[in-house]
Amino acid sequence: MLSILIWLPVAAALVGALIPLQRAGGLLALGGALGALGIAIALIAGYSGHGYAHVTDVVWIRSLGIHYALAVDGLNLFLVALTTFSFALAIAAANIRDWPRPRVFYLLFALAESAVLGAFLAQDLALFVAFFDLMLIPFYLLLGVWGGPGRVAATLKLVIYTFVGSLLMLAAAIALAVLTSEHSGQPLSFALTTLAANPLHKGSQEWIFLLFAAAFLVKMPAFPLHGWMPDAYREMPLEVLAVFSGVLSKVGAYGFLAIALPIMPLAAVHFQTLILVLALCSIIYGSAMAFTQTNARLIAGYSSVAQLGFITLGIFAFAPQGAQGAVLQMVNHGLVVAPLFLIIGVLAARAGGSDDIRDMGGIAFRAPVLATFFLIVAFATLAMPGSGNFVGEFLILLGLFKTKMVFSIIAFGGVVMASVYALRLFIRAMHNRVGPKVASGEMSLRNALVLAPFIGAILLFAIYPQLQLHRSESTVTGSIVREQIDTGQNVRVAELTGLPAGWIAYGPNAETTIATGGANK
Amino acid sequence: MIAAALIHPHGPYIDWAALSPLVALVGGSVVVLMVGLLRSRFARTQVVPFLTLVSLGVTIGFVIWQWHRHVAAISGALAFDQLTGTITLLVAAGGIAATLLSWRGQAPRESAHGDFYSMMLGSITGMVVLVAAQNLVTLFVGLELLSIPLYVLCATEMHRAASLEAGLKYLIVGSVGSATLVYGLALIYGATGSTDFSGIAGSISQGHSSDVLLLTGIALLTVGLAFKASIAPFHQWTPDVYEGAPTPVTAFMAVATKAAAFGVLLRVFDVMLPAEHLNWRPALLVLAAISIVVGNVGALGQSSLKRLLGYSSVAQAGYILAGVAVATTLGARATILYLVVYLLMNIAAFGAIVARERMTPYGDDFDAVAGLGAEDPWLAWPLTIAMLALAGVPATAGFIGKFFLIDALVGAGYTWLAILIVVGSMISLGYYLRVINAVWMRSAPGPSASAAAGVPVIAGGSPEADALGQTHIELRFAAVVFGGATVFFGIVPQPLFDLAQHAANTLSGAL
Repeated sequence: MLSILIWLPVAAALVGALIPLQRAGGLLALGGALGALGIAIALIAGYSGHGYAHVTDVVWIRSLGIHYALAVDGLNLFLVALTTFSFALAIAAANIRDWPRPRVFYLLFALAESAVLGAFLAQDLALFVAFFDLMLIPFYLLLGVWGGPGRVAATLKLVIYTFVGSLLMLAAAIALAVLTSEHSGQPLSFALTTLAANPLHKGSQEWIFLLFAAAFLVKMPAFPLHGWMPDAYREMPLEVLAVFSGVLSKVGAYGFLAIALPIMPLAAVHFQTLILVLALCSIIYGSAMAFTQTNARLIAGYSSVAQLGFITLGIFAFAPQGAQGAVLQMVNHGLVVAPLFLIIGVLAARAGGSDDIRDMGGIAFRAPVLATFFLIVAFATLAMPGSGNFVGEFLILLGLFKTKMVFSIIAFGGVVMASVYALRLFIRAMHNRVGPKVASGEMSLRNALVLAPFIGAILLFAIYPQLQLHRSESTVTGSIVREQIDTGQNVRVAELTGLPAGWIAYGPNAETTIATGGANK
Repeated sequence: MIAAALIHPHGPYIDWAALSPLVALVGGSVVVLMVGLLRSRFARTQVVPFLTLVSLGVTIGFVIWQWHRHVAAISGALAFDQLTGTITLLVAAGGIAATLLSWRGQAPRESAHGDFYSMMLGSITGMVVLVAAQNLVTLFVGLELLSIPLYVLCATEMHRAASLEAGLKYLIVGSVGSATLVYGLALIYGATGSTDFSGIAGSISQGHSSDVLLLTGIALLTVGLAFKASIAPFHQWTPDVYEGAPTPVTAFMAVATKAAAFGVLLRVFDVMLPAEHLNWRPALLVLAAISIVVGNVGALGQSSLKRLLGYSSVAQAGYILAGVAVATTLGARATILYLVVYLLMNIAAFGAIVARERMTPYGDDFDAVAGLGAEDPWLAWPLTIAMLALAGVPATAGFIGKFFLIDALVGAGYTWLAILIVVGSMISLGYYLRVINAVWMRSAPGPSASAAAGVPVIAGGSPEADALGQTHIELRFAAVVFGGATVFFGIVPQPLFDLAQHAANTLSGAL
């Protein structure tokens, strides 16, 4: 079932690419993405809230002990749903426009979806690395071929930054598996459960953790490693950018939670402060940049940097609330930033093709539906109480407050700054004087149809975040259980939730896990 | 073997079945040369390459027939085991690809078709002998049999000065390499008193291991082989010769020569000199490191695709050498697997480049592939896949190859070299992506520009033969098949692992 989920989009688009009809590519890609969305919804409905579901485990490369292992758990369930949801709507949005060479465009778009889904679902480290690297290729070509005027330079930056991270991670992953196999005397294996059950000693964990962290932080992007972001965001087609920012950045955060923390608990504790400082810098720097930029894409881009800083804070708080909030916030942010970019696209079309907020403005009353949608998205971005983002940020800050109070207090500043840049973007784009080249008018029905599901999802999570929180609770707690023990904080919480919580308990080495966990305590 | 000789008093027993791949190659070479003398134009231009393909196909068939036999033929001078078999398959595949690439090309036309293909088959024979060699003399014979036809092949586009220059350069540098090598062989013989690999290994293990004579011999032997495998710092000829030689010959040199050179490196270091590994391993590791850095940095600023691939081959040689240098079974397997992968990716790339050389007036410049994505997806995709695979992107065989190499290096405790491979791959993105940028993100140079650039007049070339814009089906076929195989083995790599395991089993006794 999960294999179908992963490969359906690209298979459909491949059929579309081979049919000699220009229109077929887009429609088939949309069909594939909608099919994947349907499967993802079925997964949510069927998920019990504990452990793995729909496990696929086939030997891929026997000689290296690499498995094609996929599974759904509480951590990736909603990220998968977010991915299929965003991609389906982004492909739908792309269908509104005409593209040069449409068949290749949609094939790459669908390949991107398959690769991202694969990265989220992989339960084998080598498979994760393969998908993680693979997803960059379609985005590289989408940016390079269909992007704006400065696209070639932008692709170079994007690829060099992200590939450097990915390749370092590749080396780290192999080293991790080989050292683990030597350490434990078991045959070479990349399965996440095996690696988590046999942690390395601290020194090896530390350098491997740093390489993983570099890859994840680049992907997010986080503060010192975000250099590729402005150029890529400025030049990427907006439909592509919507999923790039909404979904791809989450793979980095997901990597921390699903891979770095369970497998390298000692190193995660060791570098906790470093990562927290970087996350704080991301929040402050991202927010500050967001309210000085005039390019609407960059405002949204820097706001993402800040939001991902929050998510990182939540993960590295090593408290269940923080991690829960981080997972919720990953989904929320994806749901907010994707429509934000699509709205910017609609606005830019009305401002003579300019992304600059100085060229926009004054169309709120002439386009009330658009204004309403935009307002909802803007309020969600600034985490207005009542929105899902508020719940997410609240949980993150609560978790952090319990473990690292100082960081939490500074991070509160980020919440305030978020309201400044979100409202500034809204006011400058929708109110004020009418821009010089603005052709005002309501957005088209098709655009509204694409945006409406996003708004619906934002409202759904605003009203009922437990939909996700219930399902992710046990897994998320399981991911950070070791860190809690190692930091000596919240041991009581760990005991309450049961030591072998989450998916560690469901692996083949559950007994060992309990044993080592007990020893650590 | 001795018993066999006693039973047949009329002469030494010759295992023709084991020798059959060599027989097919030598026989093919002779037949092709003869048919090339016919007056019929059809016989020369069509039958000759066809017979070459037949000869290579029969060779492959014989190898598969003899796959499970391990035979020491001709009084133990040649070993036909699975390592020889694997490398023979590789070089034969490289030969088939080169034949397809040169079928309607300029080089065979200028150098008489029979001679061209006959020399190619001769060179392949040399490669097989080289890899099968079990003593120093056979090794040298194989090396020369490999090299001499290649010197000539490089110069076959006789009306292009660059081609002649490449041939001459390769001849001089190659001869220096051969001389160094033969000097090394002599010293090794002097130190150990044996020309036989097993004899040398036995002699070393009896306590000659730090003999100065032997060490000097090994050093010179290493340098000689490094020349052939274009390992830095003995790579200076590579970019020039790659650029100057006719492109199909470049493709052949890139994949087949490399496979043979690394086959013999495995044989020499892991069978003849395993007892010496404390001495040669650091040297090889350093050479691998230098190659990775020099190749990747050198390729960055190139504007000729062939030069770029030349430097890239130096870097790739560094990766492959790393597998030899760790001297473990895993390393040997990674080496062989990477050789297979390297063949696939390079043929896909060269197929597209040759096709563009015939279609546009830009030769092998980046302009030749600009706008290819819009113009001709059936060439653009193989080229893109080849570049991504060379850079080591997942879902291509290049990723699997690099993964296995890094695995072998880390497993043997050489994490620093694994990190260097990764760093090299990062640098390599800088130039592989330039090619992809040209293919997908630039538009084709306008027709006016092509008219202004003009076609250099080639004396003796017939106008219809030099006409540009032809699309040749066999080039497209080669590019698509090898590009497809690159992706296929990136997704289903187990067959390659099995092949590599078979081939390395031969060596595992020594390691």
